[in-house]
Amino acid sequence: MTRPAETPRARTRGSAAALVFGDLWEYDPAPETADPRLQEQYELFINGRFIAPRGGRYFDSINPATGRRLARIALAGKPDVDAAYRAAARAFPAWSRLPGRDRAKYLFRIARLLQDRAREFAVAETMDGGKPIRESRDFDLPMAAAHFFYHAGWADKLEYIVPGGRARPLGVVGQVIPWNFPLLMLAWKLAPALAMGNCVVLKPAETTSVTCLKFAEILRDAGLPPGVVNFVTGAGGVGAAVIAHPLAAKVAFTGSTEVGKAIMRQLAGTGKRMTLELGGKAANIIFDDAPLDQAVEGIVNGIFFNQGHVCCAGSRLLVQESVAERVIPRLKFRLRHLRVGDPLDKNTDIGAINSKAQLARIRGLVAAGVREGADCYQPACRLPDQGYFIRPTLFTGVTQSHRIAREEIFGPVLSVLTFRTVEEAVEKANNTPYGLSAGVWTDKGSRILKLSTELKAGVVWANTYNKFDPASPFGGYKESGFGREGGRQGLQDYLQIG
Amino acid sequence: MNAARHSTGLGWRQAFGPVDAVGVEERVAKYTTRSIKKASKLWGLRCAVSMVDLTTLEGKDTPGKVASLCRKALRPHEGEDIPPVAAVCVYPAMVRHARRHVRGTSVKVASVATAFPSGQAPLRTRLAEVKAAVGDGADEIDMVINRGAFLAGEFGRVQDEIAQVVAACGPATLKVILEVSELETYDAIRHASFLAMAVIRPGDFIKTSTGKTGLNATLANNQVMLDAIRDHYLETGVAIGMKPAGGIRTAKQALQFLVAVKETLGDAWLTNTRYRFGASALLNDLLRQIEKERQGCYQAPWNFSDATEAY
Repeated sequence: MTRPAETPRARTRGSAAALVFGDLWEYDPAPETADPRLQEQYELFINGRFIAPRGGRYFDSINPATGRRLARIALAGKPDVDAAYRAAARAFPAWSRLPGRDRAKYLFRIARLLQDRAREFAVAETMDGGKPIRESRDFDLPMAAAHFFYHAGWADKLEYIVPGGRARPLGVVGQVIPWNFPLLMLAWKLAPALAMGNCVVLKPAETTSVTCLKFAEILRDAGLPPGVVNFVTGAGGVGAAVIAHPLAAKVAFTGSTEVGKAIMRQLAGTGKRMTLELGGKAANIIFDDAPLDQAVEGIVNGIFFNQGHVCCAGSRLLVQESVAERVIPRLKFRLRHLRVGDPLDKNTDIGAINSKAQLARIRGLVAAGVREGADCYQPACRLPDQGYFIRPTLFTGVTQSHRIAREEIFGPVLSVLTFRTVEEAVEKANNTPYGLSAGVWTDKGSRILKLSTELKAGVVWANTYNKFDPASPFGGYKESGFGREGGRQGLQDYLQIG
Repeated sequence: MNAARHSTGLGWRQAFGPVDAVGVEERVAKYTTRSIKKASKLWGLRCAVSMVDLTTLEGKDTPGKVASLCRKALRPHEGEDIPPVAAVCVYPAMVRHARRHVRGTSVKVASVATAFPSGQAPLRTRLAEVKAAVGDGADEIDMVINRGAFLAGEFGRVQDEIAQVVAACGPATLKVILEVSELETYDAIRHASFLAMAVIRPGDFIKTSTGKTGLNATLANNQVMLDAIRDHYLETGVAIGMKPAGGIRTAKQALQFLVAVKETLGDAWLTNTRYRFGASALLNDLLRQIEKERQGCYQAPWNFSDATEAY
């Protein structure tokens, strides 16, 4: 580098103020190099053992950053799901009668083993799902361990959950989890179920089974009794078998609203308990007195976190019209130095879209936005030649009737709408079949309190977004599902009282 | 420019907007996770060297110490590819000594003035000090704002004093020290930034601290000021420079500050005409890291001139 040239100082005002986010100082590649210790092939985890599927069939798990196969995953059939349930049912009496403090020991052990292998799991999670290593390292893994630690603490305190009542576990619970936070959703589901003394049959999403099956190694190393947790892998058909199995006392599902509705229809009249955590189309509401720079950061975190593959993503931005002209250019500047690319690079902000199918869906909705007349902005960043990538996308001039304002996109696409009054903001925010989360940005405390009661959303974040804690219940209103995960409320969904 | 001066009609919060402390600290924490390696690290380190205002501000400073500082500033280390620093920063009494050593080079003489660090002197005394330093050959003046007046709500007075110092500076570049640790809140830092920027000239700087109080430059108050500079630039087209000072001792910190500049203001601010580090110990750590990148191992402290390590 030569010494930065000293330009003669202009003493007159420049007119066209523009910021240059160029390549004067490029970051060199900084790949995370920890070994994910992957196997060529993963089997089912039933009754404490890794066993081949009876049908002998396997499917490929694709690394979305390269489009190439990462591992072969066992495809469970109905007999395998049945074997898993029977193993769980056999394990249930002893596991549920174990004193809470002893169950806690297993959970503490699992949490610590997960922490010990955090780097390895983070790399595996990133390779399997496409999320940036920064997020799997700084969010997914620490949060997953935190959920086990938190619920370990509850295991010997069941009688305090329902004062005066007796809390008993439900039995075997069937759980089906999505592909956006494979390991974290597994932790959200497993930890409370185990702490309360239930046994589990869990199916991860077909595109992201690797960390789940790696996690089985941790369960084995923790000495968890065989059959307490069983993993069956495969696509929707396996999920349906897990949901429908007669031994399931309860079903917990996180995923799309469409599948959630099918599950509800299927389970009607069976007496099985269920919790559903489904889609969302959250409004992030920016008032004119908000801390705008931090709001812009929160907007970015709200929609581009995990490539927008977040059910509570703040995918609708509602900006008060008096500050829209200040917020939108700042948002565009911010988008220009988001780094899209190799998820394993420690400087990557936006990684790969989880699957080819999801990429096609996102592209389809972006095209619909353009067709319906919204203004599309994408920064001119370079995308990798291979793998499933899309530029962060911002739509302005969006109305409530645009498809991109109504449908869950589940990708890095933000729709910007404006509003004039508080009432209009609430009306627009609630004008959606979903009700999972919302964000409010204002310097006025009273307005936060007012909106937190008026917004029909399970979570309302104030002057922040996408904040999670194991002690804080998470769940939805309306078509975003029911039941809560985390906190005391989350435990109640894994217990029967009396 | 007077039109842009502090308006009394609108509360300053409405005019400039608030800062959310949690949010800004979260934002800057992300800068620290940027992984700067290899060529980009080397570029950043050299860029940081060229941005250093090599500083000595002690009662025990002598012409000899200033001479030594100037030599270090001109040629921080062996090797053609290491640039000189941006400036030496001294007390007014040392300006004429420093001037002798750096005359005709790219290294500027910066002088603190206006009763640094407290600013607790009559305005005419402070202005006289500025004029004297400029008269002795200072290229740049680092002034302190009147924090007492600011905290008492006399914003107009704070701004008028800055405007008078601007006039007293003549051709010298001005750096306005907000002394962030005495302003207490991010809101106040943002407000004070705008007060200063409305009356200083393109190419002048705002600066975090004197280095004489407990808390000096942090990534968070640097960010609040960078955001203010960007807002001011987008609003008026006037490009103001930024100088964090005090507390930046390691190359790693300096790179994190530069990441903040790159990702907030962009390429045009990655130059010592718009960004400076007020520091002394930082320079040798930058050199040490540059040598490490070049040679693959860390060199002993005695291989760097003016190293302060105690062995």
